[in-house]
Amino acid sequence: MDDSRHNGKSLSRRDFFKVAGAAGLAAAGLAACGGRDEAAAGGEDAAPAGEMTRRPNPKTGEKVSLLGFGMMRLPFKGGEDGREGGETVDQEEVNRLVDYALAHGVNYFDTSPAYCQGQSERATGAALSRYPRDKYFVATKLSNFSPDTWSHDASVAMYRNSLKELRVDYIDYLLLHGVGMGGMEELNHRYLENGVLDFLLKEREAGRVRNLGFSYHGDIEVFDYLLARHDKYRWDFVQIQLNYLDWKYAKQINSRNTDAEYLYGELEKRGIPAVIMEPLLGGRLSNVPDNIVARLKEREPERSIASWAFRFAGTFPGVLCVLSGMTRMEHLQDNLRTYSPLEPLTQEEFQFLLDTATMMMKFDTIPCNDCKYCMPCPYGIDIPGVLLHYNKCLNEGNVPASAQDPRYRAARRAFLVGYDRSVPRLRQASHCIGCNQCSPHCPQGIDIPKELHRIDAYVEQLKQETL
Amino acid sequence: MSYFCNDDAAYRPPEARGPAVLTNLIPYYMLRKVRTVLAVVFFAAVTLLFLDFTGTAHAWLGWTARIQFLPALLALNVGVVLGLVVLTLVFGRVYCSVICPLGVFQDVVAWFARRRRCLRYKYSPALTWLRRAVLVVFVVALVAGFGSAAALLAPYSSYGRIASSFFAPVYAWGNNVLAYFAERMGSYAFYSTDVWLRSLPTFIVAAATLIVLVVLAWRGGRTYCNTICPVGTVLGFLARFSWFKPVIDTDKCIGCKRCARSCKASCIDVKRHAIDYSRCVACMDCLDNCSEGAVRYIHPRRRAPQKAAAGPAPAAPDAARRGFLTAAGLLASGLALRAQRKKVDGGLAVIEEKKVPRRGVPLVPAGAMSLRHFTQHCTACQLCVSVCPNGVLRPSADTGRLMQPEMSYERGYCRPECTKCGDVCPAGAIRPFTAADKSATQIGHAVWDRTNCVVLTDGVACGNCARHCPTGAITMVPSVPGNAASPKIPAVNVGRCIGCGACENLCPARPFSAIRVEGHEVHSEI
Repeated sequence: MDDSRHNGKSLSRRDFFKVAGAAGLAAAGLAACGGRDEAAAGGEDAAPAGEMTRRPNPKTGEKVSLLGFGMMRLPFKGGEDGREGGETVDQEEVNRLVDYALAHGVNYFDTSPAYCQGQSERATGAALSRYPRDKYFVATKLSNFSPDTWSHDASVAMYRNSLKELRVDYIDYLLLHGVGMGGMEELNHRYLENGVLDFLLKEREAGRVRNLGFSYHGDIEVFDYLLARHDKYRWDFVQIQLNYLDWKYAKQINSRNTDAEYLYGELEKRGIPAVIMEPLLGGRLSNVPDNIVARLKEREPERSIASWAFRFAGTFPGVLCVLSGMTRMEHLQDNLRTYSPLEPLTQEEFQFLLDTATMMMKFDTIPCNDCKYCMPCPYGIDIPGVLLHYNKCLNEGNVPASAQDPRYRAARRAFLVGYDRSVPRLRQASHCIGCNQCSPHCPQGIDIPKELHRIDAYVEQLKQETL
Repeated sequence: MSYFCNDDAAYRPPEARGPAVLTNLIPYYMLRKVRTVLAVVFFAAVTLLFLDFTGTAHAWLGWTARIQFLPALLALNVGVVLGLVVLTLVFGRVYCSVICPLGVFQDVVAWFARRRRCLRYKYSPALTWLRRAVLVVFVVALVAGFGSAAALLAPYSSYGRIASSFFAPVYAWGNNVLAYFAERMGSYAFYSTDVWLRSLPTFIVAAATLIVLVVLAWRGGRTYCNTICPVGTVLGFLARFSWFKPVIDTDKCIGCKRCARSCKASCIDVKRHAIDYSRCVACMDCLDNCSEGAVRYIHPRRRAPQKAAAGPAPAAPDAARRGFLTAAGLLASGLALRAQRKKVDGGLAVIEEKKVPRRGVPLVPAGAMSLRHFTQHCTACQLCVSVCPNGVLRPSADTGRLMQPEMSYERGYCRPECTKCGDVCPAGAIRPFTAADKSATQIGHAVWDRTNCVVLTDGVACGNCARHCPTGAITMVPSVPGNAASPKIPAVNVGRCIGCGACENLCPARPFSAIRVEGHEVHSEI
């Protein structure tokens, strides 16, 4: 669920209680899995009450858990956030999370050769291979982003390597990764001209790919193009970004993107199951401005902020699975509670969330999900680090609009001191030269140099006190 | 700890002795306590100036640096110099025992030494010729413009180098520990600060000075002050004529030598009942240690006969000059950056450290006015170096300006809102200036280097120098004349450039920036 909480080094009181709750659960022992933790009184600290909601795959009939485990934000050793590069994934912790997830009904695991600096597939394979092959579904992608992997052979080698890393003979769900980024031209280069899509169709016939689909960001032309050829390709599923902010506002947030309402509608029309990514927008729907927290908590004081976003995504009947990159046990437990079983949104609650989205649009947070596709910046800038710090300050009211703001002194200090803490000076926005090598990789279509320069100009105003 | 060495039965504590002498307000047996308390206060204040990297202490305590003798003299601060002269003419060398941080530092060392064995000193004749020779050398060096040679001998700047080289890092590390915890508690009360070696030669000089001082102070109290220190020599000359001075009452003196043995200046000749006032730092230790109350701090009715006896001199080490080597080559991380091929797997590119470029003329801060003014006034105390929040100032390794600060922009640049070096300089080498003054003072100008510019080497759009120039002196122009579509390279309008180094610091080219700042001999207003 909360994909970005692991970036914050500070431990909030709430987090503390959640950790304490998790520790309590661990002490109770995994033998008690599935049962309610007697010690935990509050709604947020209890283990899931009932059975995980499952949705049938219309093609195979297999039942897929509504909660899918996204393996993009795995924990790193020593609690590092994977920012620096060179960290190793904490396999023990991954195993623990996977064990807990499987024990509570999660059976869909989504990885990619590009995740966690290339370590995700191996870690996923190591964790899942401890279970019988029929106990889980594994999804991976053909992440041939780099031009030197565009050739047929290099792409096929990447696919074969995925089988090896995952320690499997077949892949349950295989996706063309991030089509739409780079438009039709890149789709041609990556999958069409080089015959890679044809190769994958053959692999599906051979049973080594049980379900073939694509994940989509960006240029709508690509989405429409691929769906228009549904008769030819017979997509078994499609992965789209869907949440209550993107439902009607994706295009408004960024003109390059398309509202989730349209994307989901197109899939539903054709009866293609949807796998949902970014249900939380990289944590931006769990770390929300204070007034939104109050609004949501007023309705459901015992439910987490994130649970609203998960209920939103899960309520659509055409959704097969909702992915969440869960770094910590308490993320996993909160999501399990939300989906065991899912309590679908009422029509009134649905409208309530859309209204909430309208309110949130008034905050100009930058739509960064910390997916790190923009990284590494060749000039060393920690792009998501800078953007997330800015968003965090916005949410906490630490972005004063002028020196007349009554909280100006405290907010200025929090912004500047926090900036140096979360991003080393050499990696801050002031070093962005605007080469724009990052922007094409951003699934959210953020104009990264523009945002960095804007933040840098703001930092200068704070430093020089010319606000 | 009680200071008194009451190891003989006849000893009487000072309170049990005669009446107040100096004034009715301060009984004479309180004099030493007053001196100690004042010394500790001054010492702590001056030391804090070097430790405080936030610059906030200077608003309150900056004056403790400004009343130091040599900086005040160099700053032509007539009021302070006259005040110190009058102070010395009235009370003797109290400057040396209260105000001078190096003197108090030696007392601290000697205090530890004394815990092992008290009454450890004995009278020794003055090394007048050495003192005068050092003073002459010092004055010649100052006049001839070898400021860094003079700085080796100057007491306040010696202490500054020791404090900034050894005490400040410890303080900063302590702060960083607090910042570590503050960060985890979501508090913004502390922020961490960089600890870095600014100059190896200066560090070595400071280390050598520290070792020599500790050895001398441990063994002989104020040996340094009375043989080497040029300020001590000058004030010693004045102190001979001071109004108040410790005087031995020959009627009461029983010749026990307790006073001489407690005298860290080794200036009490009990046989002749004479005190060498040029060396006496008015510490009042002898008063407290005389069990007969025979030493009193008074205005003598008749001038006490005193003659500095010249004796064979033990070799006085002048080791502060010893052992510094010039510029050790910077260890460069050999990691080449080369724009990595874009991947999408996260992580951070390695950032190669910037190297110091060769500058034809060194850069000095805006208040320095000119290189000449700066080198003549700077005592190399490192106060500005300690307080520079941007990592710009560091002591020079150049032999002509050794230890005197200069600017370079590898770690940061001279930020437009910062005026700290001018605020703190006690010697007038960097005159106080406002942010507005600074934005209009040209201390150097930027020079573009075609061979390093990423626009041409990497073929990417940049303009980071132009974007960050606070005076708008840089414009991006087409690299091919007349072709507006060609990659844009920076053009520096030297007339508007103030030399702040934002362009150099933020230039993506590494290890050498594609734009560097050359200093100006004389600063000018734009």
